[in-house]
Amino acid sequence: MSELDRLEAVERYIKGEMNPDERVAFEQLRKSNAEIDQLVVEHTFFLQQLNRFGEWKKFRSLLQVVHTDLAEQGSIRSTRLQGKARILYLYNRYKRVGSIAASIALVTTLCISGIIWIFSPPSPHSQFEELNKKFTQLEYKTSKQATEIDQIKRSSAIPVDMPFTTGGTGFIIDPKGYLVTNAHVVSGAHNIVVQNNKGEYLASLVLIDKMRDLAILRITDDNFKGYGSTPYSISKKAGQLADPIFTLGYPRNEVVYSQGYLSARTGFDGDTLSCQIEISANRGNSGSPIINRRGEVIGILNGKQTNAEGFAFAVLGKYIYQLSDSLRKLDPSFPIRLNGRSSISSLDRSEQVKRIQDYVYMVKVN
Amino acid sequence: MKSDQHEQDLLKGLAIGDKQTIELIYRDHYNLIQSLIINNNGSADDAKDIFQEAMIVLYEKVRSGSFELNCQLKTYLYSVSKRLWLKKLSANNRYVISGADLEPSFPVEEEVEAHEKRDAEFDMMEKAIASLGEPCKSLLEAYYLNKQNMQVIAATFGYTNADNAKNQKYKCLVRLKKIFFAHYKNGMEHE
Repeated sequence: MSELDRLEAVERYIKGEMNPDERVAFEQLRKSNAEIDQLVVEHTFFLQQLNRFGEWKKFRSLLQVVHTDLAEQGSIRSTRLQGKARILYLYNRYKRVGSIAASIALVTTLCISGIIWIFSPPSPHSQFEELNKKFTQLEYKTSKQATEIDQIKRSSAIPVDMPFTTGGTGFIIDPKGYLVTNAHVVSGAHNIVVQNNKGEYLASLVLIDKMRDLAILRITDDNFKGYGSTPYSISKKAGQLADPIFTLGYPRNEVVYSQGYLSARTGFDGDTLSCQIEISANRGNSGSPIINRRGEVIGILNGKQTNAEGFAFAVLGKYIYQLSDSLRKLDPSFPIRLNGRSSISSLDRSEQVKRIQDYVYMVKVN
Repeated sequence: MKSDQHEQDLLKGLAIGDKQTIELIYRDHYNLIQSLIINNNGSADDAKDIFQEAMIVLYEKVRSGSFELNCQLKTYLYSVSKRLWLKKLSANNRYVISGADLEPSFPVEEEVEAHEKRDAEFDMMEKAIASLGEPCKSLLEAYYLNKQNMQVIAATFGYTNADNAKNQKYKCLVRLKKIFFAHYKNGMEHE
């Protein structure tokens, strides 16, 4: 009897899968052979451990799901410390280091920003490819279209035969209908339409920052119902090298998932506004959220290097905060509130994707 | 003091891992535990971790067939959470719990210690399974944890028949047992 056969016999014996004859024979063997007897004892113990481990694991993931669901429903006060409790917590935790860190940070920041300003070279833009897709029937510009556009603007409905020339991806940052995408996706746009499996909506450009390649859109469509808060948060930090990340975007007419990792803290040619990620990105992925395993958006995919495959660049999440701050200054009547805390941090990847995908849109532009 | 009928029913539901029961307990008791943690230098994340750990302690208790808490469910969860949080604070050299108690405590030291030992064992099992690599990890998880049928496993993993898959499964199991018992004996010696 080989080791494997013996193990199989023991396991079948423990699980009661043997027929009566086999069982009697095996019990005889067990009595005469101390080694077999020990194996039975040992394996029984091991299977018990494995079984309990399985139940424990199942129970733990069930707890995570319950927590996330209840927090979403608002049945428990979680996901965010508010008001006094939060201040108390932060004060207790950071009072000692806070003051020291602040003074060191001030000095360091001034030195470093000075050095960077002096030494950073201007980046050559020819090697950088923006990932918006040019549709084949592009540059469709006739006087007829111009009149059509005027009609659209008045009627606020999407005409069936509107020809779109470029496109990308965008995602909701405020449940009232604000999306963020790349500036290069929507620059020079006459009309913007966003679409996902929930529907197709007219949107308008609210704010554009070409230097950081970011733009904020607002869904203006009457049919748009709004959301509860976003499941993901926007993170101000990029994270550690080799952190796993994933993205959802629209390189084709359907939402596409891909995954990779953070490969450098700076972007194309040392650009400190962005970071480098290893992920398969295609035309149309521009504007896709780059999400870490805790469900935090760390950046927005904006381009890849033309002379090297596999790596792409993402504008850092902190610039979304800056952009929304400047929007607040321009127009205090429509404040954007970014979600600072992910409600899906402890879910499995597939559960996270399920909850995120309704918030990611294809951005179509002409 | 005997826990009343409603709580007994909850505990029985918990023992079979019923999702609705877990939601009920969660809804009624989470906020209290969160207040305890936050008033004592913890964050909302800490509160979640501690509450879920306390739920696991309770789950393990009812799994072992004991539905007698000898105190209210609320008191039990509070006492376990407090004990767990105290341990975590002192392990991190942070401040020790102070101030007024939100709830009377019930002695749970033994349960918490037993829980920590089991937790260490499960951690060890998790690491041992992870260190097997693929396809062993998924194969064993499918059979022993998710209780899938061997035929189904053979089809999903691309084995020509159930016997091949079974053979591979036993090879993986032998490796897992070796790793597990090596760690296990190590752990015993340290105690």
